[in-house]
Amino acid sequence: MDILKKVPVREQDAKVRATNFEEVCYGYNVREAQEEAARCLKCKNAKCMGGCPVSIDIPGFIREVEAGDFEAAANVIAEASALPAVCGRVCPQESQCEGKCIRGIKGEPISIGKLERFVADWSRENGFVPKVAAQKNGRRVAVVGSGPAGLTCAGDLAKLGYDVTIFEALHEPGGVLTYGIPEFRLPKETVVRTEIENVKKLGVRIETDVIIGKSVTIDELMEEEGYEAVFIGSGAGLPKFMGIPGENANGVFSANEYLTRSNLMKAFRDDYDTPIVAGSKVAVVGGGNVAMDAARTALRLGARVYIVYRRSEAELPARVEEVHHAKEEGVEFHLLTNPVEILTDEKGWVTGMIVRKMELGEPDESGRRRPVEVPGSDYTIEVDTVIMSLGTSPNPLISSTTEGLEINRRKCIVAEAQNGQTSRPGVFAGGDAVTGAATVILAMEAGKHGAKGIHEYLSGKSC
Amino acid sequence: MYRILEARELAEKIFLMEVEAPRVAKACQPGEFVIVKMDEKGERIPLTICDYNRESGTVTIVFQIVGASTKRMAELKEGDAFQDFVGPLGRPSDFVSEDFEKVRGRRYLFVAGGVGTAPVYPQVKWMRAHGIEADVIVGAKTKDLLILEEEMEKVAGNLYITTDDGSYKRKGMVTEVIRDLVENQGKHYDICVAIGPMIMMKFVCLLTKELQLPTIVSMNPVMVDGTGMCGACRLSVGKEVKFACVDGPEFDGHLVDFDEAMKRQRIYKTEEGRAMLRMQEGATHHGGCGNCG
Ligand SMILES: Cc1cc2nc3c(=O)[nH]c(=O)nc-3n(C[C@H](O)[C@H](O)[C@H](O)COP(=O)(O)OP(=O)(O)OC[C@H]3O[C@@H](n4cnc5c(N)ncnc54)[C@H](O)[C@@H]3O)c2cc1C
Ligand code: SF4
Ligand code: FES
Repeated sequence: MDILKKVPVREQDAKVRATNFEEVCYGYNVREAQEEAARCLKCKNAKCMGGCPVSIDIPGFIREVEAGDFEAAANVIAEASALPAVCGRVCPQESQCEGKCIRGIKGEPISIGKLERFVADWSRENGFVPKVAAQKNGRRVAVVGSGPAGLTCAGDLAKLGYDVTIFEALHEPGGVLTYGIPEFRLPKETVVRTEIENVKKLGVRIETDVIIGKSVTIDELMEEEGYEAVFIGSGAGLPKFMGIPGENANGVFSANEYLTRSNLMKAFRDDYDTPIVAGSKVAVVGGGNVAMDAARTALRLGARVYIVYRRSEAELPARVEEVHHAKEEGVEFHLLTNPVEILTDEKGWVTGMIVRKMELGEPDESGRRRPVEVPGSDYTIEVDTVIMSLGTSPNPLISSTTEGLEINRRKCIVAEAQNGQTSRPGVFAGGDAVTGAATVILAMEAGKHGAKGIHEYLSGKSC
Repeated sequence: MYRILEARELAEKIFLMEVEAPRVAKACQPGEFVIVKMDEKGERIPLTICDYNRESGTVTIVFQIVGASTKRMAELKEGDAFQDFVGPLGRPSDFVSEDFEKVRGRRYLFVAGGVGTAPVYPQVKWMRAHGIEADVIVGAKTKDLLILEEEMEKVAGNLYITTDDGSYKRKGMVTEVIRDLVENQGKHYDICVAIGPMIMMKFVCLLTKELQLPTIVSMNPVMVDGTGMCGACRLSVGKEVKFACVDGPEFDGHLVDFDEAMKRQRIYKTEEGRAMLRMQEGATHHGGCGNCG
């Protein structure tokens, strides 16, 4: 065994998995996990923890894994995170904990994500639920949205004794974990449902089919239904489109629609009613995690798939692992390319997309080099489906129905980072609703800070 | 679960259900809609609210069998339940929040076609409850497909019924009635509200443009979440792209691109047709019927 290298993780063969929705990565078994854990230096000044937004005691749980006490390892993680099986699978570890790992200076960093996943999967398979004592205090808090921000905030508050209800607009809880990230990356039944069940076991109630701002407003929750504080974790919002000709043609979808049909409504399964247009040649416009997920979903539904992205490979915002997996499975990349028009037939169906070559110019305000058009470089790619994955803009449903809730220029809710406090007393917010589309773990961090903020606020206020 | 307190067939393939949904019943307004999902495997189906009772906490929906999901839904009986019933969604009709004196000063003409009669009903009822007599035109293909006649009679000012085949009352399209009222009977209206099949709304708008009668339509495009998250419901209104579920469902009919909207409505036609055939014929369906593309 080479101490400088990660213990490799077993994966489904790329050719086979490109045709199914089974999970791509199998994760470590006991022996592999212990072997990997042994590589960890258990640093006194563990840099990895500084890279973890929710400050998991990383050397602490890895030590227990190495010792073979997986229950103890699960308890260590549970102190900081309610969704380890999710985070172990979808966090961008390369730029967080693993990016800071001391072991990584010379060789490869410790596979912290895979170890976290191992502990969570082991707990589930062995029916182990980490124990957390909670003395009920009878005070009610409402949480809007059941994505990672809402679930984390609710879980932390329940652990502090609060009586928490989550209100979710969709028929299934989980937010993006349920409707966005596909089955082959994050299994719904086993992983997502189990972690949501664990949050419920802390005493959290989840009321689905309730749209805050429509079914009931924040003010009504506080004035009529007896909630003393509210945390808003309503997510990133509405999909953006480019505004190019042909964009409303049949066969042009937002990634949100495509993924929702497949993940939430299970359109990929024959026994569910919701339809999905699979497409035989699909262009996905964009380069983030969402774009990779849409591309790999289309691939599994039988299509030939192109990613069309206006910058170069180095700027792709998706996790490295997702880009790597997409390529292995056969997704083709048209980089430095930007759509200018979508072509249709007389019935309004997509027949192709005119794209333009780009080159990288001076860095823009984000520090990334700005793509500029190459004149006269247009060409047409023949496709019957186009999936737009260009980011989101916030949903105004809550801000427009909650008097005095401040939003910023980008229409995101304004909230303080360290405690989630908004401009309205008793109302806190965090996650994508505040930052714009970001990551699962940052949403969880915001949920944690929101719970802390609510606890401080309610402790200072008598009942 | 949302219990069904009443379920009956109003006309061939058109069903009415009264459903227990206290949160929706408490909050809803004319013009808004709900999304229902009958069970684990069902689709999310948007339906306009036909009536509501805040005291009993119930909401009435009316739907027509158009695909596999609505066909399955039609089999639900009194005492059964929907797994999901979420709402209200969309924006209420403008008149709900407009200055009431202004609303009262206007002459309203409501035009309903087919199942579109259901969403028109709560609007006319609202008018009646606020002391406004509105004229109402209801069009149906034939007498047997006419719904909610008695209910509408109670709340409308003048009610004009027309059937395409002349089997009941007037004969002809709703557009002919509009023209007759305005051009021959000297009626004057300030606003027309037209709800029905897209093709009907398109032709009503062509006519009312000519008559310079501002017209509001209620759009029913393909939807998934109904909260603005997916963009499936987008439409071109004027030069802008709007999401029907959060910006609508009601829009200025003279600005809506109906041709595009009708094309978009057909996106899942073959896919749904397939699901329907799979349901009816199970594994015995082998194509060649021309319906499954
Ligand atoms: C396809 C896809 C792939 C991604 N891949 C990754 C990845 O690999 N790694 C990673 O770290 N991040 C990834 N992300 C980003 C990550 O999922 C999000 O940043 C994260 O889920 C945000 O969490 P949240 O709790 O703020 O919001 P969400 O997860 O968006 O949850 C918000 C919830 O609130 C509900 N809601 C909204 N409005 C209302 C209302 N008015 N009333 C009631 N409920 C409401 C919504 O229905 C939703 O369930 C991905 C995102 C997508 C879409
Ligand atoms: S920095 Fe790396 S080696 Fe050090 S404790 Fe963290 S995971 Fe282990
Ligand atoms: S139905 Fe999804 S945005 Fe309107």
